Amino acid sequence: MLKLLKGIWLVFLRAFTRPVTIQYPDEKPYLPPRWRGRIILSRDPDGEERCVGCYLCSVACPVDCIALQATEDEHGRRYPAWFRINFSRCIFCGYCEEACPTYAIQLTTDFEMSEHDRRNLVYEKEDLLISGTGKYPGYNFYRVSGVRIGGKDKGEAEHEAAPVDVRSLMP
Amino acid sequence: MTGAFYLAALVAAVSTGLAITSLNAVHALLYLIVSFLAVAVVFFIFGAPFIAMLEIIIYAGAIMVLFVFVVMMLNLGRRAIEQEAGWLTPRMWIGPSILSATLLGELLYLFGSGILSQAGGITVQTPKQVSVVLLGPYLIGIELASMLLLPGLVGAYHLGRRLNSEDA
Amino acid sequence: MNEVAFRLPIIAGVLVTLLTLSALLIWLERRLLGFWQERYGPNRVGPFGLLQSVADMIKIFMKEDWVPPFADKAVFVIAPAVIIVTVLMSFAVVPFTPSIVVADLNIGLLFFLAMSSLSAYSVVLAGWASNNKYSLLGGLRASAQMLSYEVFMGLSLMGVVMLAGSFNLGDIVEAQRDLWFCIPQILGFIIFLIAGLAETKRIPFDIPEAEAELVAGFHTEYSGMKFGMFFVGEYLGIILISAMITVLFFGGWQGPWLPPAIWFSIKTFLFICLFILLRAALPRLRFDQLMAFGWKVMLPLALVNLTVTGALVLAGHPSK
Repeated sequence: MLKLLKGIWLVFLRAFTRPVTIQYPDEKPYLPPRWRGRIILSRDPDGEERCVGCYLCSVACPVDCIALQATEDEHGRRYPAWFRINFSRCIFCGYCEEACPTYAIQLTTDFEMSEHDRRNLVYEKEDLLISGTGKYPGYNFYRVSGVRIGGKDKGEAEHEAAPVDVRSLMP
Repeated sequence: MTGAFYLAALVAAVSTGLAITSLNAVHALLYLIVSFLAVAVVFFIFGAPFIAMLEIIIYAGAIMVLFVFVVMMLNLGRRAIEQEAGWLTPRMWIGPSILSATLLGELLYLFGSGILSQAGGITVQTPKQVSVVLLGPYLIGIELASMLLLPGLVGAYHLGRRLNSEDA
Repeated sequence: MNEVAFRLPIIAGVLVTLLTLSALLIWLERRLLGFWQERYGPNRVGPFGLLQSVADMIKIFMKEDWVPPFADKAVFVIAPAVIIVTVLMSFAVVPFTPSIVVADLNIGLLFFLAMSSLSAYSVVLAGWASNNKYSLLGGLRASAQMLSYEVFMGLSLMGVVMLAGSFNLGDIVEAQRDLWFCIPQILGFIIFLIAGLAETKRIPFDIPEAEAELVAGFHTEYSGMKFGMFFVGEYLGIILISAMITVLFFGGWQGPWLPPAIWFSIKTFLFICLFILLRAALPRLRFDQLMAFGWKVMLPLALVNLTVTGALVLAGHPSK
């Protein structure tokens, strides 16, 4: 009985403390840089698409909201022909970002993306692709990877030794 | 006053009739409640506000809620209504109607003979007067009623007690 | 007839005030709950969110007023009206000030008890007429709860009646000129407060409409204005119980300096806030706890209170 009254009194005292509410639309809360919000596709410093169409994000996605079709340009460089994220299904878990080998897919701090029509939540590649590099400014996948594309042969990447000539006897 | 009395009496009579003839058990109970309320109004008009309120609190408010409660628990459906409709044949209601018609005739005769109208004007009975009468000349009645209620209470408690497995 | 013409403005005034207050109470409750939970509550519509009730009202009027095809139509429609009618009827006997009282009945307190016992029907009938198992369970719980708590609600008030020597609420207030009945009848006051909580189906006694178990209990199938009537009925019930506590235990309109109406409003308002505070602080009881508490704790206490008060009153008047 006494405990009950004590509880009531404690709740009553709450009336004299400041509410913890942040008045959201008038007052924006601080969001940490690693906040998992709207997904974007970034470009490398040269302005080319970072995405190489490996499907890893699509595989990693627990709700299957990412769909894409990979293709190749005349230099042998892979890129997505189309890339579609259905944000009405996305749960913003960030697994796609973790799975991405080229830092192409990234989650941003934007979360204000409500729509009146559900179909407007399906974002196409034009909607996803930004002109910047996102969280990783200097990174260019094709410059550090060993894959051969037009204008860059094996062994020409940064920190990459020339390929071993297996027909030579020299070590 | 007279107009209000006739209105209340009419409501009481009609709702009682509907309570008897209504096939749906809950509807019948509702008509019965309306009838109780109308009777309470009649009591009120004839200077017995205490009895009127008791009529509402005890009969309409408590006992009928229990009736409704039980009917709700039984969950009577369409089958029960059909069964009731089967029961309401002339053979069933002709006997009771003859009996009630006799009573009604008796009542009308008494009204006509003028015995009942000798009661005179209405005097309002306050709760105090009611209690003085109840605990004075009718004390034995109160005691008998309470003696009757006490075994009822004990019996209900006995029936409703929790049986342990070794007792059963 | 003159009497009726004199009463009409009072009746209209009381009705309008009560219905406005019960709408405002929705806002008040949400704001106060907010403050007690360290948040703001509705503060967007109008200054301090005061127009929230208006917005709610407009919304509820626009909603489709739907009667389910499987429901018992007549009873389904009557049920929400019963609660409003019985609660508003109870207000007829409440003396707001010495002059503002709709019906100065000499059995006012009994009338209040009668109306509160009839209000149980609205819940029971709503539960039954909805023809839905959650509603039915809610109705069953409500009828059992209200029946049991009515018993000692009435018993707890008899101490007050003994001290005042009258069932007339005006006389009861007058009898408290020297000493408010909350002091000699402290036990009766506590019992009446708890029974009042149970009668209005408020937390911690809101098991007939326990969201966690019964969807919404007896008003699961109700929508639009019929639901609104249950809602307003609940708030009117809170005002009624607060007003009755004020009248019966806290001297009604009496108080120094301020006019009677202001005193009455202040005291009633404080009790309304107490009701909301209890909602903010207490968890819901289980049904068996409710019943055991009612019959094993409250009823004996009420009987003891009745016996002791009776003995003391009798000792005070040895000559009679």
